[in-house]
Amino acid sequence: MMKRLLSTLALAGACGLAAFGAQAQTKPAKLDQIKAKGFIQCGVSQGLPGFSTPDDKGNWTGLDVDFCRAVAAAVFGDVTKVKFTPLSAKDRFTALQSGDIDVLSRNTTWTISRDTSLGLNFTGVTYYDGQGFMIRKDKKVTSAMELSGASVCTQTGTTTEQNLADFFRANNMTYEVIAFATNDEVVKAYDAGRCDVLTTDRSGLAGERLKLTNPDDHIVLPEIISKEPLGPVVAHGDDQWFDIVKWVLFAQLTAEELGVTSKNVDEQLKSSANPEVKRLLGTEGKFGEGMGIGNDWGYQIVKTVGNYGEMYDRNVGPDTPLKLARGVNALWNKGGLQYAPPIR
Amino acid sequence: MSMTFDDGTFIRSELVTPLPPPIRNVGIIGWMRENLFSSVLNTLLTLFGLALLVLIVPPMVRFALIDAVWTGENREACLDPGVGACWPFIRAKFAQLIYGFYPIEERWRPNIVFAAGAILLVPLLVPSWPMKRLNALLFFVVYPIIAFILLTGGNIDASSFLFQRFGLIQPITGDASLAGVNIAFWADFVLTALVAAALVGGIIGLIGGNALSAGRAVLLAFAGFGVLVLAWDIDFGLRPVETRQWGGLLVTLVIAVTGIVASLPLGILLALGRRSQMPIVRLLSIVFIEFWRGVPLITVLFFATYMLPLFLPQGANPDGLLRALVGVALFSAAYMAEVVRGGLQAIPKGQYEGAMAVGLTWGQMMRLIVLPQALTLVIPGIVNSFISLFKDTTLVLIVSIFDFLGQLRASFTDPNWATPVTLYTGFAFAGIVYFLFCFGMSRYSLFVERRLNTSHRH
Repeated sequence: MMKRLLSTLALAGACGLAAFGAQAQTKPAKLDQIKAKGFIQCGVSQGLPGFSTPDDKGNWTGLDVDFCRAVAAAVFGDVTKVKFTPLSAKDRFTALQSGDIDVLSRNTTWTISRDTSLGLNFTGVTYYDGQGFMIRKDKKVTSAMELSGASVCTQTGTTTEQNLADFFRANNMTYEVIAFATNDEVVKAYDAGRCDVLTTDRSGLAGERLKLTNPDDHIVLPEIISKEPLGPVVAHGDDQWFDIVKWVLFAQLTAEELGVTSKNVDEQLKSSANPEVKRLLGTEGKFGEGMGIGNDWGYQIVKTVGNYGEMYDRNVGPDTPLKLARGVNALWNKGGLQYAPPIR
Repeated sequence: MSMTFDDGTFIRSELVTPLPPPIRNVGIIGWMRENLFSSVLNTLLTLFGLALLVLIVPPMVRFALIDAVWTGENREACLDPGVGACWPFIRAKFAQLIYGFYPIEERWRPNIVFAAGAILLVPLLVPSWPMKRLNALLFFVVYPIIAFILLTGGNIDASSFLFQRFGLIQPITGDASLAGVNIAFWADFVLTALVAAALVGGIIGLIGGNALSAGRAVLLAFAGFGVLVLAWDIDFGLRPVETRQWGGLLVTLVIAVTGIVASLPLGILLALGRRSQMPIVRLLSIVFIEFWRGVPLITVLFFATYMLPLFLPQGANPDGLLRALVGVALFSAAYMAEVVRGGLQAIPKGQYEGAMAVGLTWGQMMRLIVLPQALTLVIPGIVNSFISLFKDTTLVLIVSIFDFLGQLRASFTDPNWATPVTLYTGFAFAGIVYFLFCFGMSRYSLFVERRLNTSHRH
């Protein structure tokens, strides 16, 4: 009996010792962790046209993807120092909370519940989206207010479905929902004529339209029935990292406002007399140091990824298959909502 | 006296050549009468089946071959109304479907792994070819080590084992390293092995067992493990490719093969444990099996990927693919255990008694008498598990690992290839690939069954 007790104690002691050895020290700052491991782990969508999708060569492309590259450019001066984790809508926040990813750039709508009780910080809005309707041209409908009695195809279990209900109830109209589990089914059903109207985010409508048999037979109605500000997210608890991610977007917006592009940035760096440009590119002031990164952070972002307008045009703009007009995503001085606080 | 009527007029001297059998009983018509139209119900079913074939096959052929688009650079090629499959889409994404995001200039490494796997597996599967033992050793022991080194690049960062966690080793040995091998780690490893051997030996000795053999067993285990780690630790000059970049068929095969190879021995052990006379072993086996059968695979994967890091200490963060692999292997082992147990229960008691009567030990009895019979009995069940495991690998998509199907789904979102037929083309291709693998497995298992003649046909 005594021997058995002894051996049990010895084993328990060994286990305890091992556990003690594995004890964690206090968490270092996020930026230091990132610099130590040498790359940024970025959560993106598993596939959303124009926002994050692998191209033919297997590189991730898209607006959300490019934003992460911009963060890498700011921190390391090297766009390749970012690794992408494709995440589904379900596990995106868990991945951020568990520290599996450093920043989530995955068409995530900024809402109060996510910003507060989920323990997340939204760093800004990379794309102002909103729910819209697509309908066949031959239905001769020009406004969503004429949709009473329509059958609407949508995806189940999304906020899209709730917004739809709100919109029709608020306007005293009747409708019939035909819901499907996946987006692809929704598109196929609409294309086959099982419903009059297809509804989802307007950026999504542009992508879905490409999958229709005759895309030109369909129009997107002007009404936007919900606000979907999509932006990058970081976890609560590290203000320095929050600041960096926030100001990367502001730097891109400022660059567009000042007319600094990836093509003329070297020239501007040498010759521009504009103090705002100098502050953005880091020749004046020590704003990068204040965040714990290089002073040329603004230059690196614009040089490698480009300003916001370039990033937009490259991924979702009029020259891409998606052909999304700038709309509310234009700069504030061009009739849009994109506005960056001054760099000073 | 005999009377003969043979006057050469009415008795034939040779046999009449038999008439051919009625045309309705032989040849194609006879076969059809027997197999397709033998009763009213059969006739109806045949007609129904024919109608289905007529409905399904021509449109499929037309979609996949006749109306299909074969060349093109982007979506423009597949936009004409009424086109069939958009095969250029598959061609553009083909490399991704096979390798995922594996760096293009390093793809010779998975190629070697694929080729070596095929070269080793085929002789193993053909019963008449010699040197099975050597072949099995190469395939099950050497091949996984080489495949691991090639795919990951080897040179794992083995820096601290047990004592270094307390900072005890490095001050003595310094930071010396040899061919990417950290000396401090190996000093630590050897020391840990010695201490563990002494500890276990001491405990066994205290309880009254054989201290020396226990210590030796521990040292052997450490040595085996050490060889494995050493192989992975040496710097072969390969560029590291982390598992996040793996994808496509490569990941599907890695998960399926690991799951299959790991689940069979584990399952056998669990099945034996569940039928054991020893209460603790039996209880633990039952708990293990029922636990893993009780939770869905998705839950297991999700937990292993996103919840585990919350519990583990900072820095101790095992690789994502590894976590999924362990989850899949344990999960399928539980199912395999029940399949094997079914086989064990079908062996008559006389077999056990006979084995014991000729003086075999328990191990010999199982290895020589019971398991060979039990396993051949349950080949269909085992292969069934393998096939369902192969298809279940697609579930890793939810933990952000892009297997073949995941990679395909990601390709669907490329706006450069968004057409009305992209989805159908992709799924048709995936269906063909999965069918080839699963049908291959199923045919091979039928072949093995026939060879071992387990169905006891008389």
